[in-house]
Amino acid sequence: MSRYIIRRLLQAIPTLIGVSLISFFLVKSAPGDPVLAMTYDPKISQATRETLRRQLGLDQPLPVQYVRWLTGLVMRPGDATAEFSDEDTGCSYVSLLNYTFCNSGGGVLRANLGTSITTKQPVWDRIAERIPATLELTTTGLIIGLLLGIPLGVLSAVRQGSLFDNLVRFFAVVGNAVPAFWLALLLIFLFGVYLNWLPAGGRRTVSLSDEFDLVDRLRHITLPAMVLAVGWVAVLSRFMRAETLEVLHTDYIRTAKAKGLLPIQVWFIHATRNALIPLATILGPAITGLLAGAVITETIFAWPGMGRLTFDAAIQRDYPVVLGTVMIASVLVILGNLFSDILYGLIDPRVRLL
Amino acid sequence: MSVKQAEVSTTSPRGHIGPAKHLEREPQSYWRLALQSLRRDKLTLTAMVFILVLATLAALAPVLTDLLIGVGPNQTNPDNALAQPYLGPYLKWHLGVDIRTAPRMLRESGGVSHWLGTDQLGRDQLARLLYGGRVSLTIAFVAAFITVVLGVTIGTITGYFGGRIDDLFMWFINTMVSIPGIYLLIIVSAIFKPNPITLILFLGLLGWFDTARLIRGNVFKVRALDYVMAAQALGASATRIMLQHVLPNSIPIIIVNMAIDIGNLILVESALSFLGLGIQPPTATWGSMLDRAQNLLFLRDPVTSAPIALHLIIAPGILITLTVLALYLIGDGLRDALDPAMKNV
Repeated sequence: MSRYIIRRLLQAIPTLIGVSLISFFLVKSAPGDPVLAMTYDPKISQATRETLRRQLGLDQPLPVQYVRWLTGLVMRPGDATAEFSDEDTGCSYVSLLNYTFCNSGGGVLRANLGTSITTKQPVWDRIAERIPATLELTTTGLIIGLLLGIPLGVLSAVRQGSLFDNLVRFFAVVGNAVPAFWLALLLIFLFGVYLNWLPAGGRRTVSLSDEFDLVDRLRHITLPAMVLAVGWVAVLSRFMRAETLEVLHTDYIRTAKAKGLLPIQVWFIHATRNALIPLATILGPAITGLLAGAVITETIFAWPGMGRLTFDAAIQRDYPVVLGTVMIASVLVILGNLFSDILYGLIDPRVRLL
Repeated sequence: MSVKQAEVSTTSPRGHIGPAKHLEREPQSYWRLALQSLRRDKLTLTAMVFILVLATLAALAPVLTDLLIGVGPNQTNPDNALAQPYLGPYLKWHLGVDIRTAPRMLRESGGVSHWLGTDQLGRDQLARLLYGGRVSLTIAFVAAFITVVLGVTIGTITGYFGGRIDDLFMWFINTMVSIPGIYLLIIVSAIFKPNPITLILFLGLLGWFDTARLIRGNVFKVRALDYVMAAQALGASATRIMLQHVLPNSIPIIIVNMAIDIGNLILVESALSFLGLGIQPPTATWGSMLDRAQNLLFLRDPVTSAPIALHLIIAPGILITLTVLALYLIGDGLRDALDPAMKNV
């Protein structure tokens, strides 16, 4: 098992290198000059701009910039130790290659994602302060989805062909087809504007005392979590229905029925347990869906999470933040897939992880 | 091949081996069976008709707007902004229930009948829906075509040859699917402000990964079959085997996948346009018509305090939902028709 996990983690390395390459060159190919974006003040002289550009390494070829972004290693042709001596970086001149190598102390590999252009905060801090909000929202949506989707799917399978079954299937198809943002608009209108029961956006009511207020938090999370949950219920009910239908035809279910167990026991204890196994395979890739859904839902509901951060950063062309969020999202996706494969092997002994 | 078999069995000299005369039926081919099963599937047929009608309406948008409304999709009229749909009052007028509202609305709009109302700039919503349908449907269909062409080509080649090519492409695909698609699209479109053509390219170039993986899996299965080995033994070239023997086996997957893909692309395009990143104003798409609709939710009539912009939110959303729903249903129906083993799953 541990050998399998290690192998999978090693396999993730080329993928992550690919993600970093693609996102880095994509962002670098964007029109516009990041140095000008940082120095829009007309009082800043052109010479200062060029110095800044040189300090940031933006005058260098893209591969050199990529190495710097990834490892924090700064490379300069010639002896440039004097120029960079005033910074807190260790520089050394290798005369053999006629190159100066500096250690800027940063680099993605050392968990330093750089500095945000708009707020001048470290990118990692900006993302870290947003992660709890995203986790709070996505897990709430997922839990509601699981709690509703699984029983609906199982019941619709055991009542195959009934009105209930058809309703659940209808809901599953419509739930997949309805755009999340439109559903969000309708919910905001109904509950936030027309009935005025729930707040239309935000994570909490801003107050002076800044106390944690559970009721207030719950009121804020209800609508965005509902939007996310609708997608989940649609996917999960459809999935559980198909899996349960398969399990229901097996011998051990017939045995359970013949023993005289209550139908509820047969469905929810005997059938569901086996039907749940394949669920492990979709929960990992589901992280991608969660992150994607979060972008739209968070943007509409002004939820201060990672998705909205990505959106805002892309709009403001805050490239270090964009790169950071993409890297973090990819790591989450890869870990999610690995986790779901391991989980699958753990709960189903028939699946061997080699 | 099936035709010959049927003939052999029915004209066999020992008549009792073939089916009895009254059980005889026409020889069936794969596509005829599929068509037959589709013909019985009312739901899928309804969905197909819906998409056809929608596409026709969108294609005839200029004619229809001239005929029904008389103003273009981008013609503003600030004096008549946020007018309510004219359809209801018009019907009431002609049924004699309410003879005041409709003429008053006509006066306000300067004689233009805005059947589905106007938006915050006084542009006619029906015209925008029709023209928006053109853009939305074209983008989704063309982008889906690109994803299918790329996905099928790359999936077939990697699946057939395996080895280094497969490793390289799978590395690329695994990398790309590790970045949540909407992140990539948001970044790409925020950076390169797309017009309809570049948006089609972005959607197409970033959307073929799943298709390629699906096709690759199928090609792996087919490659191991005896008839492929027979073709190889006969000395057929790799290109010929792929086009002649392997590709036809993927056609059901391609067709089903394409229908669902178009639905997904409509959703993605509308989400991007809703976020203000897709098609830029003033061009209407169903998604961009909902852009900044959030602010419209809170608009109320100062006198009656009734919401006055609801019609702007309902209509585009319903159209997106129904179109995507129809395409998903078509995908499901085609899967049932083309792959009898998948039925009722």
